[in-house]
Amino acid sequence: MSLEKEIRFVLNGTPTTAAVPVTMSALAMIRDRLKLTGTKSGCEEGECGACTILVDGTSVNACLMFAVDCDGRELVTIEGIRTADGLSPLQQLFVEDWAVQCGFCTPGMVMQGTYLLSQNPEMSVEEIQRGIEGNLCRCTGYKKVIDAIAGALAK
Amino acid sequence: MTVIEKQTLIGKPIPKLDAPKKVTGEARYVQDIELPGMLFAKILRSSRVHARIVRIDTSAAKKLAGVHAVLVAADTPGVPLGHGKDNPPLKGDKVRSLRDEIAAVAAESVEIAEEALRSIDVEYEDLPAVFDPNAALLDDAPVIHEKHPDNIPFTYEYGQGDVARGEEESDVVLEDRFSLHFVTHCCMGVSGVLAQFDAEDNLTVYSQTQVPFLYKKDIAPVIDVPPEKIRVIQPTIGGGFGSKLDIYPFEPICILLARATRRPVKLTFTREEEFIASPTRQPVELRLRSGVKQDGTLTFRDVSTVHDNGAYTSWGATTPFVIMQTISSLYRVPHCSYRTTVVYTNNPYSGSFRGFGNLQATFAVESHMDQLAEAIGMDPLAFRLHNAQKAGETTPQGMVFRSCGLRECLTRAAEKSDFVAKHARYRKGQEGPIKRGVGIASLLHVGGGAKIYRSDGCGTMLKIDDYGHVTVFTGASEIGQGSETVIAQLVAEELGLPMSSMRVVNDDSELTPWDVGVHASRTTFIAGNSAQRAARKARAKLLDAAATKLGLRPEELDLREGHVTRADTGEALLELPRLIRSLHFAKKSEVVMTSEYYEPPSVAQDKEFKGNVSASYAFGTQVVELAVDTETGVIRIVKVTAAHDVGRVINSLGIQGQIEGGVAMGIGYAITEHLLVEDGVIRNPCFRDYKIVTAPEMPELDMHFIETLDPEGPSGAKGVGEAPAICISAAIVNALYNATGKRFDSLPLTPERVLRGLKDH
Repeated sequence: MSLEKEIRFVLNGTPTTAAVPVTMSALAMIRDRLKLTGTKSGCEEGECGACTILVDGTSVNACLMFAVDCDGRELVTIEGIRTADGLSPLQQLFVEDWAVQCGFCTPGMVMQGTYLLSQNPEMSVEEIQRGIEGNLCRCTGYKKVIDAIAGALAK
Repeated sequence: MTVIEKQTLIGKPIPKLDAPKKVTGEARYVQDIELPGMLFAKILRSSRVHARIVRIDTSAAKKLAGVHAVLVAADTPGVPLGHGKDNPPLKGDKVRSLRDEIAAVAAESVEIAEEALRSIDVEYEDLPAVFDPNAALLDDAPVIHEKHPDNIPFTYEYGQGDVARGEEESDVVLEDRFSLHFVTHCCMGVSGVLAQFDAEDNLTVYSQTQVPFLYKKDIAPVIDVPPEKIRVIQPTIGGGFGSKLDIYPFEPICILLARATRRPVKLTFTREEEFIASPTRQPVELRLRSGVKQDGTLTFRDVSTVHDNGAYTSWGATTPFVIMQTISSLYRVPHCSYRTTVVYTNNPYSGSFRGFGNLQATFAVESHMDQLAEAIGMDPLAFRLHNAQKAGETTPQGMVFRSCGLRECLTRAAEKSDFVAKHARYRKGQEGPIKRGVGIASLLHVGGGAKIYRSDGCGTMLKIDDYGHVTVFTGASEIGQGSETVIAQLVAEELGLPMSSMRVVNDDSELTPWDVGVHASRTTFIAGNSAQRAARKARAKLLDAAATKLGLRPEELDLREGHVTRADTGEALLELPRLIRSLHFAKKSEVVMTSEYYEPPSVAQDKEFKGNVSASYAFGTQVVELAVDTETGVIRIVKVTAAHDVGRVINSLGIQGQIEGGVAMGIGYAITEHLLVEDGVIRNPCFRDYKIVTAPEMPELDMHFIETLDPEGPSGAKGVGEAPAICISAAIVNALYNATGKRFDSLPLTPERVLRGLKDH
């Protein structure tokens, strides 16, 4: 077994500790150790965006980040987006706009959309398209995902 | 007096019922499910394309700590699976393609299972291999399956009229060859399965199958478990597109490991495995001769094709059924002949994939339609309209078009895209390296199921509880297309209840009634009809009870917003939950439960492939406007104008989603996607090298729905799931021709291939 390291970080607002092998990805830690399965594993090589999370406010492919590099950071996964009051405005628009089909890319899309909205509240449609270029979807043709993000801009 | 207006849910933008679970990450896919004591499985695949297995030594793997079972072919029943029943889950004597499964391990972690695989020692004796289907037809070609020494598992022949006569009547005859490539589904959720036996040897399998009931029957002999002891639970499925229509070796392998270990076992693919070991769309070489009279009347089509079947027979081998429909019946063609040879090779094998052969057929037929139009000096739109069918026609293959919006689709798509004027303008030649072009193409596809089994039906059971909450148990599987929402809408419409009162159960074979499965764009039509009819029975029951209670006739009553109302004035008379409770507590008490098995009025084709195989047919026309950079070969799709005969829109958002996703998939097929198979080896098993369409590549999309109100469809609807992916590649090559004067007869239109094609000119 590979060497383990104990790390501390904030996960969805909660201080968290984990002992993780130094070879483990943040994605494996989130899914297999912490049992937060909302973050999806689509390719494990940073090509599909299904595992997008926020690390200190920046969107990251969790499959490309080592778990040990989460030490001291603030992580938000899809489970941290829904508030006690209900769905976030962007999640609500994903639902209303039918931006979801099979749903496997959806958590990553919502995370990336949340990140884009936090960075630029005045995006053009072209900027949204480029902003989700790293998030692959095989079902929707992206149109309604773009509609949902654009709709959230207006809110 | 409270008055409730009559409202309808049909055609409305109702959100997808399972979307809240999916946007929050709550939805559980097979990868997300864990059971106590669960083991992890991995499969050892062949490292040779065609070889005899001389020796396989698993002793080191069995000794590894944490390994619970290692299986080779000798440990299994050895019953082959798949549509062609030529594919044993584990191969014992020889391997026929690089993906072939030869051993499997169940261990306490994926890492241990992988380590165990590395310790398995296999000795091969290489055999001569063949990768080109034409070469596989030669007398001295290597034999892939001893049962088929000619390497031909299937041939198909179809004819209508007399091609020789058609040729005599023709003023122009064209002959061309078209060549279509390997692509694959790229479901975002990779393949996986989880199997568990209980103390009484009942099997629960968490499967991604899109055909749960046929699955039980088909997998039973392979795993030696009677079908009645198999329960299929379908977790949320991360995309299907036809890939989950067949059974592939990984599922029985995982189940056999669960039986060997008496523990739950989960097997999931890596993305690389998904590219290598899941099915492909079948590559097709197609020779097409077509004739036309000077007045624009089509005279004949004569087609022969060779299909690369790959090493085993899955559904790809049966795509000729659909190909011949487009050859025989997309536009009026009196004389037609079609021959196909399906050929074994040592390549990956093909499965079913959205459109099921129709992308290949339509690419050829609609390319040729433009070529014929040009040869007789006719506008491509006018030529198509001249030959387009109308409602009420029966095609020579026996397809009955009860509704047919082909002409309206052609006209609407052309009008909205300004096709005729732009086509004439762009073809005159353009200054500068970037050339614009427009192209048009249409499609015909089944839209009311396809009777390829003795039944093409679907069952529904429905119950209403004492709070007016409805549970609909449907046989129809949900793979992302939105069936659960459409079914709920159709039921809610009949019962006058809001969507929030609807729950659809569609994921557990212990609870749901029989259905053929998700394929042939059949679910809205077949499962929708079934659900609507079950709801109508419940409605009749409720109205009868209310009429008795209120001293009125059932015809005088309606169900609106959870109330029994007067049909004429809308006056609210009784709350529905109160009515149901009164039934529960009555002297002759009863529950409100109904069921329906809907069988469409279609027939299986006869031995000559004739007959009305679907209860309805879908039509569509797409116009593509593109810009091609003649210095780089890069194509930018500027706009797609899509007009589809959908019968009737049930859910405006859901149907837009199908068109948008289908167009994206079709553009990928035409331009960006190519599974590179060289000597049986897949060279690009990752998204970095296999390019599906991304968000910035999506063009403007102008959608139009032609509502022909199909007489048999639920509320007039017909199936549209596959249609939007079918004709766009033809529209793209036609637009490329319009822009450059160069005709491309193969795909994909990557910059390199476009540039090479333009230089050859």
